[in-house]
Amino acid sequence: MAADLVTRSATQLAAALAAGEVSAREVVDAHLDRIATTDGVVADGDVWAAKDAGALGPDEVHAFLQVTATAARGHADDIDRRRAAGEVLGPLAGVPLALKDVLTMRGAPTTCGSKMLEGWIPPYDATVTELLRAADVVVLGKTNMDEFAMGSSTENSAYGDTRNPWDLDRVPGGSSGGSASAVAALQAPLSIGTDTGGSIRQPAALTGLVGVKPTYGTVSRYGLVAFASSLDQAGPFARSVEDAAQLQSIIQHHDPRDSTSVPQAAPDVLAGLKDGLEGLRIGVISELRGEGYEPGVARVYQEALERFERLGAEIVEVSLPHAAYGLPAYYLIAPSECSSNLARFDGVRYGLRVDAPTAEEMNAATRAQGFGPEVKRRIMIGTHALSSGYFDAYYLQASKVRTLIARDFQAAFESADVLVSPTSPSVAFGLGTKTADPIAMYLNDVATVPASLAGIPALSLPAGLAEAPDQPGTALPVGLQMMAPLLRDDVMYRAAWAFEQDLSFDPTPAGPRALAAGSWRPTTADNGEVAR
Amino acid sequence: MTVVEFRDGWELVVGLEVHVELATNTKMWCGCSTVFGGDPNTNVCPVCTGQPGALPVVNDQAVRDAALLGMALNGEVEEHCWFHRKNYFYPDMAKNYQISQYDVPLIHDGYLDVEVELEDGTLDTRRVGIERLHMEEDTGKSLHVGDTGRLHGADRSLIDYNRCGIPLLEVVSHPDIRDAETAQGYLRELQAIVRATGVSDARMDQGSIRCDANVSVRRIGDDLGTRTEIKNLNSVRSLGRAIVYEADRQIAVLEDGGTIRMETRHWDESKGVTETLRVKESVTDYRYFPDPDLVGVVSPPEWVEEIRALMPELPAAIRARLSEAGVPMAQAITLVSGELMPWFDEAVAAGADAQAVANWLTGDVAGQLSTEGLTLEDSGLTGTHLAELIALVDDGTLSTKLAKEVLAGVIEERGAKGPAAVAEDRGLQQVSDEGELRAIVEQVVATNAATVEDIRAGNNKAIGALVGQVMKATKGQADPRKTNELLREVIG
Repeated sequence: MAADLVTRSATQLAAALAAGEVSAREVVDAHLDRIATTDGVVADGDVWAAKDAGALGPDEVHAFLQVTATAARGHADDIDRRRAAGEVLGPLAGVPLALKDVLTMRGAPTTCGSKMLEGWIPPYDATVTELLRAADVVVLGKTNMDEFAMGSSTENSAYGDTRNPWDLDRVPGGSSGGSASAVAALQAPLSIGTDTGGSIRQPAALTGLVGVKPTYGTVSRYGLVAFASSLDQAGPFARSVEDAAQLQSIIQHHDPRDSTSVPQAAPDVLAGLKDGLEGLRIGVISELRGEGYEPGVARVYQEALERFERLGAEIVEVSLPHAAYGLPAYYLIAPSECSSNLARFDGVRYGLRVDAPTAEEMNAATRAQGFGPEVKRRIMIGTHALSSGYFDAYYLQASKVRTLIARDFQAAFESADVLVSPTSPSVAFGLGTKTADPIAMYLNDVATVPASLAGIPALSLPAGLAEAPDQPGTALPVGLQMMAPLLRDDVMYRAAWAFEQDLSFDPTPAGPRALAAGSWRPTTADNGEVAR
Repeated sequence: MTVVEFRDGWELVVGLEVHVELATNTKMWCGCSTVFGGDPNTNVCPVCTGQPGALPVVNDQAVRDAALLGMALNGEVEEHCWFHRKNYFYPDMAKNYQISQYDVPLIHDGYLDVEVELEDGTLDTRRVGIERLHMEEDTGKSLHVGDTGRLHGADRSLIDYNRCGIPLLEVVSHPDIRDAETAQGYLRELQAIVRATGVSDARMDQGSIRCDANVSVRRIGDDLGTRTEIKNLNSVRSLGRAIVYEADRQIAVLEDGGTIRMETRHWDESKGVTETLRVKESVTDYRYFPDPDLVGVVSPPEWVEEIRALMPELPAAIRARLSEAGVPMAQAITLVSGELMPWFDEAVAAGADAQAVANWLTGDVAGQLSTEGLTLEDSGLTGTHLAELIALVDDGTLSTKLAKEVLAGVIEERGAKGPAAVAEDRGLQQVSDEGELRAIVEQVVATNAATVEDIRAGNNKAIGALVGQVMKATKGQADPRKTNELLREVIG
């Protein structure tokens, strides 16, 4: 029973809960057990799961930093009581979820993967957290991430790496690697990540999940610890498009506490979800056709285009002439905002304080000790880019590029309803293989940053499996990115659902180094054969 | 601009930066109370203490107040403006950046006309240009625990964030000011306008209006000299003293062959000197950039007109109106700056003579309140009371002397009883009932035959003695004019 429960989708669990076939407490317990066996933590009470890098057991994913088991069980019991009393509950009531540790939740630490915030208990709930609770989605705990969401592998966490359930020697992507691995490892059917330049989409691609960055401004940033305010956006991870759409419906909500929250109603992503591809124009971006991509990624992408055509979509070629400048523009704008956003971590009010004789020295000592190397690098880049004498050449120029990219998208959407590209240039790479080379790491984001800069909705969904170039015989997920015009998340979901139905991708990790935990695979299956 | 010589061929150049704390109910970016004087860190929330993840939302009332004051200062409202972050580390600034305005402030290009009294007693109008008014937020307050009470040498520091995030409006003048009197007049007039518009109580003692002065000197005809910025000016008087001191100091340095350092100086009120606070070796790089947490402020013309329609009568217009009504300028200034106009207007509306009302308000009313240590508001005295009092004097019911006693009585009763009621209660009316007075007069005439003879013989002055007798008999409540008339009639 328990093993069966963790393999079900959120939609399936919700139906079983609504029908009274299973209680919320049973569902939550099954997932807490799953976390205990696959994350190497005993889910009894609230467990601080921080581990030093290298301290992980051989089969541990380490998706969670904190498992809030007591609160989760209490919430589940409460849901069961209210359901028994005949109360009408929300569509995902009783379904468990993992929350990225960058969103605040009262009563549990929020660390953002940083030593800087170790021990900080936020005095307030993020709007996303509030909405989840109001919908009776049960939060199981807080997931690991690159420090302050800066990274593409979750190796920048101060609390140890998170591993990819498809191959425990590989990264899950980042920065929302913990949220991705939690869902891929069946520790939760749903999770929340945040995406600044691809931090939901790239890990979704690398762990075989659906991951969505909604239109900027449709999900409140209140309580999301800012990395780059003009880009940060929370969104869902799920093992199916429908699950992701259900979760997005819950968290997209106008919030008067967030000035950048869009006032108009967000699109209904469920209503037309299953309308099919017929009549949709799929735009192939000339500039993101595969140059520099791994051969396996390029092949899966080509097959995806053929699939669209077969399903009745019209394939059109579109151009984003300024897309090539997206990455450098992003790596100026995001660090600039980060240099200011992270100034508040000074040892005065919360988190780490390293004592020193004067306030200035205390600030400096605290920041020197509290921040990791990638965060420091970006603060320095951003500080430089905003400095007088450099502002025009860097920040201002990047802002202009941003405007041009947004215009490129506008033009492209005149001839296409949805744009597609590979999500990531590569399949999941080995732990430690790119940490020494920041530029190689930044290149992960080449396909995802244009949509971030334009604020448009974008998602990644599994498109197939491919071999890692460094390890013949592997079969790792490849993600397909879809992008839609502002506030047209619904069209993107509709296209993704049709694609998913035709592909029948099995989201269960398989492979020689896949998460070994016998009980969770109800049927023996092969390794997800790689098409050649 | 006419050249005003400071002394010995030197000209003084002053620009003022005035920070006005807006009297909104809540802070600039959150719903916390702005009430002054609460226990430390009681009016705080995740937003104003810069908790990770918290976000600012613009206080619409603050924007309205800023626009109103901007228009009162003859400024133009920008249709599209936005907020920037001014980045610098300071412990009492919760986010380590201040949200402010940079390239496009809400208001630009205003001016203020300042009237300065010349040595010959005439008034001269000086126009001081206002470069801009921009919206920003206040910081918290640091308390340094240790012997000195200042940061240097403190054992530890405590921070109160109650003030952090209170809306501030910075009013930046052009360096158009050439003497201390104009600077003081500008600050006084600005304070009066701020109060008239109701956007702040503008109390320098509570820091709800704060003024920094940029001061430089030059030989008449030369280019602008290096300026210093003077802080800690806690009153209009300090502003004037500090400017004169600083100008003298700079002239002395320059005449001695020295140079002026660009620096921030602290005005020490007790010593009467400015002292170096910090030297600006280079321009601080605040790394301004548009705040991505906020969206622009849009002020469409119809909105601007809606705000403009709320504009109250401003001090200059009030003074002009008073002047037309025959109120001398000195009294007019007192009426406006002392915020006595509501009483004045009410009394005049109730039919009293403007000049009489002005005399009472600036004279006996002010005097009695000051003796009692009361504000006009707390005294319970209304404009209608004043009008009644003046009418009682005019119709002879009260002598001026009695009227003052009645006024004291009304104040003593905190306005619960009006002048007529007080006069009656306390028996303070003049005896002007003819029958009653005539009887007393006749008795006085009858018992002072010698004096009466004197008068009949042509010694008119002697009548004074009889008036005195009548007054004595009536305990001072006889109407002197009437008494005089009756005495002459009875004596024949």
